[in-house]
Amino acid sequence: MFDPNSKFMYILVALVILYVVAQSVFFLIKAIKRAKELNISASTIKKTMISSSVFTIAPAIAILMGVLTLSGFLGLPLPWFRLSVLGALTYELSAAYSAAESLGVSDLSVLVTNAKTFSTIAWVMHLGIFTGLILIPIFLKKIQKGLILIKTRDEKWSDAFLTAIFMGMISAFLGLVFADIKTGLVGWIPVFVMIVSAIIMGIMGLLVKVFKIKWLEDFALPITMLASMGLSIPITNLINSLVQGG
Amino acid sequence: MKNRKVRSYDDQVHFYGRIWILGALAVFTLVPTVISVLYDAWPDAGPFFKAMLGVAPIFWTVGVIEILTYTPMLGSGGSYLAFVTGNISNLKAPCALNAMNAAKTKPGTPEGEVISTIAIASSSIVTVMIIAVGVLGLSFLRPFLESEVLKPAFNNILPALFGGLGVVYISKNWKIAAAPLLFMLLLFIVSPIDLSGYVGILVPVGAVIAIVSARIMYKKKML
Repeated sequence: MFDPNSKFMYILVALVILYVVAQSVFFLIKAIKRAKELNISASTIKKTMISSSVFTIAPAIAILMGVLTLSGFLGLPLPWFRLSVLGALTYELSAAYSAAESLGVSDLSVLVTNAKTFSTIAWVMHLGIFTGLILIPIFLKKIQKGLILIKTRDEKWSDAFLTAIFMGMISAFLGLVFADIKTGLVGWIPVFVMIVSAIIMGIMGLLVKVFKIKWLEDFALPITMLASMGLSIPITNLINSLVQGG
Repeated sequence: MKNRKVRSYDDQVHFYGRIWILGALAVFTLVPTVISVLYDAWPDAGPFFKAMLGVAPIFWTVGVIEILTYTPMLGSGGSYLAFVTGNISNLKAPCALNAMNAAKTKPGTPEGEVISTIAIASSSIVTVMIIAVGVLGLSFLRPFLESEVLKPAFNNILPALFGGLGVVYISKNWKIAAAPLLFMLLLFIVSPIDLSGYVGILVPVGAVIAIVSARIMYKKKML
């Protein structure tokens, strides 16, 4: 019988994850050296690293919960690998579900112990999302050259163009926050959390600008995010009690 | 004397980035290959292609669109890393934007390039560490992760993140933000079908609307 939680699987996955860490360390060192050449201060580099690390904690715990979600079906090592690299839970779940369905497996809460079923799922998860790993080495340099060309021709438009791209991303996610409002008051919870987050960020901005608390500038977003997540608990409880009371 | 060509930083990033990302492709492919070889368990063609048909058309398309959407924001080094470590829209891109904003640098500049890379590398290392510690100590952490009390907090990560991020960027760029924001709000509020699973496709749609409206305003000297 195949064991998705075998020691061998853990070792295999740990080796792959070590590769990803090595790549991250390589680029981190290279970027720090370059930052020094560009006269970016050591304190800015340090603050970027600390603030990005703090910012990552909550989403990383959410990813860990995704690993937990898939572990009942696929064991721990494969979801650990898949969600530490490339994938996000929405994709991995769809891929696992699609593969399981094609093999006639309908219960995703029972651990897979058939090697062929497991390998089919692993292959589908891998090949369904590997486009970036092939296309980035081919096209990234060309895309970046194109962007440099836009910048050389018209710097102001180049700035507006890049701003427009990330405003597109922010808009889509802000729209997503409203996705459930048709379901009633409970569907408004994400909207209230978003408003609370915006207010906290506004207060952070005031503390930085008016009260000159400069260190806060680098940690404003991680603090805002964690505080809003914390406040989402009483907000949810309040809305639930209102709905149940009504 | 050898005449060694000195590569610029950008050229080095592309050179090493390609090696690392193709290495990642090989290493990631090794996992299902080793399982298939060791257990003599290669997938049967029928179920495999049927499953791929349910996944590939959508996710390959999203993959191509993601490259066009995120690489300008993340820069070269950041892209070579983020497309290996994943979770781009919900973690790496906001993390890079936040770091560039705090360091007062912009995407597409040499300073923005290195700050984005440092942010994404730090974020990737921390993510891997948290997941590894979590997986190895899962029996200890399970009550915390499955706690009903904390459930709303983890259900609301995206509004908690994009509320704060949105207020910073919309206040600075409200003219460019107006059209895509209005479109997305209307779309999500009015749509009779649940669009939450399509946000990956809607990000580039929002970007195109923002670019077109920005171009019109730029031509009319409104920016």
